[in-house]
Amino acid sequence: MSTQDRPLSPHLQVYRWQWTMAYSILHRATGVGLAVGTLYLAWWLLALAGGAESFATVSEFSGGIIGRLLLFGWTWALFYHLGNGIRHLFWDAGKGFELDTAAMSGHINVAFSVVATLALWAIAYAAA
Amino acid sequence: MVEFTLPANSKIGKGKTWPKADGATNVKRFNIYRWNGDDGKNPQVDTYEVDMDQCGPMVLDALIKIKNEIDQTLTFRRSCREGICGSCAMNIDGTNTLACTKFIDEVKGEVNVYPLPHMSVVKDLVPDVNTVYAQLSAIEPWMKTQSPPPPDKERLQSPEDRRKLDGLYECILCFCCSTSCPSYWWNGERYLGPAVLLQAYRWIVDSRDEYTGDRLDALEDPFRLYRCHTIMNCSKTCPKGLNPARAIAEIKKLMIQRQF
Repeated sequence: MSTQDRPLSPHLQVYRWQWTMAYSILHRATGVGLAVGTLYLAWWLLALAGGAESFATVSEFSGGIIGRLLLFGWTWALFYHLGNGIRHLFWDAGKGFELDTAAMSGHINVAFSVVATLALWAIAYAAA
Repeated sequence: MVEFTLPANSKIGKGKTWPKADGATNVKRFNIYRWNGDDGKNPQVDTYEVDMDQCGPMVLDALIKIKNEIDQTLTFRRSCREGICGSCAMNIDGTNTLACTKFIDEVKGEVNVYPLPHMSVVKDLVPDVNTVYAQLSAIEPWMKTQSPPPPDKERLQSPEDRRKLDGLYECILCFCCSTSCPSYWWNGERYLGPAVLLQAYRWIVDSRDEYTGDRLDALEDPFRLYRCHTIMNCSKTCPKGLNPARAIAEIKKLMIQRQF
């Protein structure tokens, strides 16, 4: 038989999820989310340039429940990606590769991203 | 290329169950990936009920027992049975390791055994390792020199320089790490993968090697080296406790340092 007919062994289907693996794909996902979220900010800026009426339309959407959820997710993605970027800076310096350290820095980053997101929104609501 | 699902010819069906021997009371179930090129069928998972009272402690002991006593068609590689040859590397209980150094007791419940992930399967638990071997030879894993060797002695190395090879020379090339790496799964034809990059670093830091610059040049490539995204599966799964992710990071550091 030809080797072309050989099956591919299972990978994602069988590989046990690891913390660092999950944090890594979350970094990619939040990066994509931030890129899309930047379009949303650009839309807001365009509306601002378009005048009071168009700005009011976008602001109304942003202040609505869907708009707020999107912005909440965007700020969380921002903090997660920011914190994980700092993990990458340490790795680029050759530090933090011990298995315990690599997992722990990821746990800490998740905690940081949640706390920072909630704090930012608390401050925003307090100021409003 | 990123493909989350298996191709049609690789989807796994339900296999048969080989019941326990009469009188066995301490039974462990092994679910083992089966495929052969002869019957034209898709891969399947067969379940073997193994009497743990009559079996050695390692997963390899169980595989050999199955082959000897239950199903002679079960195919796998093994040789040294002491974690130094790297032949029995496979995916056990969700992570890659050596069947000969993996205790059956470490696995809660049924023991799932698959070939190394995202590899072309030759038969059952035997993956085709031609690509990884070709990648290994591409980094020229031997000492390269320009200066003539000393006439009266070997090329010597200080104890400090020798210590730089600790954590590198122990690699047995089982490729558990490379086949645990999602980046290698998606880009295995162009990304060298953790095992080969650890070998590359082993020669880059060897004080006796005189081709460090050429070796770095060969890795200065968006795919060969820089597909490493520090996912860390490689270091987590290494059955020898080595840290390929750190070795890759050291190569990346040298790439920056030599620009100044």
